[in-house]
Amino acid sequence: MREGRGPGSWETVLAVLRKDLLLELRGLEVVPAMVLFALATLVVFHFGLNRDTVDGQLAAGVLTVTLLFAAMLGINRLFVAEREQGGFDAFLLAPVDRSTLLVAKAMALFLFLAVLEVIAVPAFGLMLLGAPLGRVLPGLIAMLALGDVALAVIGTLVSAIAVHTRARDLIGPIIGLPLLLPALIALARGVGPLMGGHGSVWPPGRWVLILALYDVVFALLAYAVFDFLLED
Amino acid sequence: MYGRGLRGLAIATVLTITAAFALVFFYAPLDADQGFVQKIFYVHVPLAITALCGFVFGGLLGGLYLRTGDRKWDIRSYVAIHMALIFGVGTLITGGIWAKASWGHWWVWSDPTLTSFLIVMLLFATYQPLRFSIEDPERQSRYAGVFAVVAGAFVPLNFIAVRAAQGYVHPRVLTLTGGNLPGSMRLTFLISLVGMALLYVTLWKYEMAAKATRMQVRALRRTLLGEDSVAPLKRSAAPS
Repeated sequence: MREGRGPGSWETVLAVLRKDLLLELRGLEVVPAMVLFALATLVVFHFGLNRDTVDGQLAAGVLTVTLLFAAMLGINRLFVAEREQGGFDAFLLAPVDRSTLLVAKAMALFLFLAVLEVIAVPAFGLMLLGAPLGRVLPGLIAMLALGDVALAVIGTLVSAIAVHTRARDLIGPIIGLPLLLPALIALARGVGPLMGGHGSVWPPGRWVLILALYDVVFALLAYAVFDFLLED
Repeated sequence: MYGRGLRGLAIATVLTITAAFALVFFYAPLDADQGFVQKIFYVHVPLAITALCGFVFGGLLGGLYLRTGDRKWDIRSYVAIHMALIFGVGTLITGGIWAKASWGHWWVWSDPTLTSFLIVMLLFATYQPLRFSIEDPERQSRYAGVFAVVAGAFVPLNFIAVRAAQGYVHPRVLTLTGGNLPGSMRLTFLISLVGMALLYVTLWKYEMAAKATRMQVRALRRTLLGEDSVAPLKRSAAPS
């Protein structure tokens, strides 16, 4: 998936990625919002469930939904700078492979999600989770990384579709959620056994496999159709 | 061009569906566990299979639009997904009735097929809002094509994932592999399935013929009576 066709594809990807990270670093717009939103969602869960601690499958559900909501914010904002400041036109004028934009944006979103999780998952462990987190951390990180790939790839695709529609803040989430559902099922069910405080340290292989398969298929699919979203 | 053979197809559809219903009521045996209620199986499952095939069919046509850029493929893809959505709503309603009658609840999460079908419907329900919110017709077709391809590929993937997520809490009442389906039931089911598929194809062709005719009439009016005689098209989710 990461292989471009023309020469210099990697340079293009890295240049766009660098631009996005620089923009985020200087503006601090999206990632802090995602983190704050995630923390607020955890508070809502505390009151909504009326529980001081959660564990097992319930904890996995709370974590998945929290991350999904925060990711939706990032997905909605992903192409806003391109649209408002003519980045799309500039990109189309440049003699570069168009799929590189997908790769760069997906990588940027993946990094945003990783930063979000570095803060939100320990916060979840302190605020809500009943079981200790340290022992299961490697398994949890592996599962979250696979989940982030799905969120990043599908999020980028959906965001690129939605950004040119009139009701883009609505269209993005309503298309994105059903498309993400199988990945979220696998993520929640894979993380569930890790949240018990006893028993398994690694997520069940079945869910790792399904999530990885879903990542690969959608990465290829997004790569195949992304060009059509940029033509003009 | 779409009208050709429509009459024969419609007659074949009516005959097959009539035959299927006759078989359902007078030939297929009563189910030992569920009795008469189980007969809805001959409507519900063919509807579901036809709807799912319709979604995938729409995805293939959308892919052809992206490959060729010919707008007729976009219209075909639109009508295919539109019809499949109608069949899908029928599936959800009949599925709810069946679940209420045999399990006592309108909705049962433990049945993976029902749950995956709901997810597929939730996704395809966004097809029309997506189209409607893009004003430029060319871009609307292109984005709808991308959506159709992605969503068409999503259908089988989703079924794999959801099926893996559910233990088989409820025994599957009837599996399509037919291991526990007696011969007379299987014959009835197959004829119902053919009837439902024929109904889908007939409706698809009918809608295509209607759209083609409407476009032709517009073009003729424009040439005969001048540009002003035809009202401009309103913004719409449907390609034209």
